[in-house]
Amino acid sequence: MQHATSHSHSNGAGAHTHSHDHGHHDQESMKVLGFWIFLVTDCLLFGTLFATYVVLKAHTDGGPTGKELFEIPGFVAETFILLTSSFTSGLAVLAMNRKKVNQLIGWLIVTVLLGAAFVGLEINEFVNMVHEGATISTSAFLTAFFVLVGTHGLHVSVGLIWMIALMVQLKMRGVTPVTQRKITVISLYWHFLDVVWIFLFTIVYLMGVM
Amino acid sequence: MSQQHTGAAGHGHHDEHDDHGSLKAYITGFIISIVLTVIPLLVVFETSMNKTGVIITIITMAVIQLIVQLFFFMHIREGEGPKYNVMALILGLFIVLVIVAGSVWIMSFNSVVQ
Repeated sequence: MQHATSHSHSNGAGAHTHSHDHGHHDQESMKVLGFWIFLVTDCLLFGTLFATYVVLKAHTDGGPTGKELFEIPGFVAETFILLTSSFTSGLAVLAMNRKKVNQLIGWLIVTVLLGAAFVGLEINEFVNMVHEGATISTSAFLTAFFVLVGTHGLHVSVGLIWMIALMVQLKMRGVTPVTQRKITVISLYWHFLDVVWIFLFTIVYLMGVM
Repeated sequence: MSQQHTGAAGHGHHDEHDDHGSLKAYITGFIISIVLTVIPLLVVFETSMNKTGVIITIITMAVIQLIVQLFFFMHIREGEGPKYNVMALILGLFIVLVIVAGSVWIMSFNSVVQ
């Protein structure tokens, strides 16, 4: 505060640059706020799917139940992979704040690899379930399960493509206020998906195998 | 501590301040989130608690995990001006609670009303 005041008093040109910078910064932070509002709407989407799942959970129509279908090592591994990727995307933001482009891209690559491992495990799980005869049309429980977990998996996959595109942009333009905002936004998105997964892990998987 | 830091740095120049969290905060958050994932696993597979107790414990852990992620990783308190993101989030979480709890509640009377 004091620094900014003395700066604008010392010369006019400096004050002008500062206010221009500030205006630009405000615009970028408005975009981050806009993304928060998107995340809130995504929260509503997942909330609705969770409500559907909880209501239809017991309606297995004589088909397989969660207890028979869910493989414990699979979803535990998925959970720890996603938690770690959330942490590495945070490390990417730290590297960005220190303007270290290569370090930033490095952590993004680690995050993408972990995210890809997560999606791979999930696809493997779905394929195994379909082979056991548990498809989306078998019972109301499985319809709700595939839609809820699949929507999350789709979000993760979109995040991976988005992150790869951002790495290309970082290579071309480096860390600018615009790429900085984009990285902030994708890391918010990634942490949000981690939070949604924690609830999937608790409500779908842990309660399913109990 | 971090609040003070944010307050002081919030008005500074964009390049200089470092209010997006520190390595220490990220590592702390990561360790807490691992612990909050291991506890439900132990409660479900290793203890002989009754079912209601287990459900309450694991849902509590998930909610704490949500709060940890919001504060340590998503830096919900950051930024200048009014906290519109927090307001939007609280409204969103309220609607989610109404949708989920309301659906479960009304559907549990399904057999009665038919």
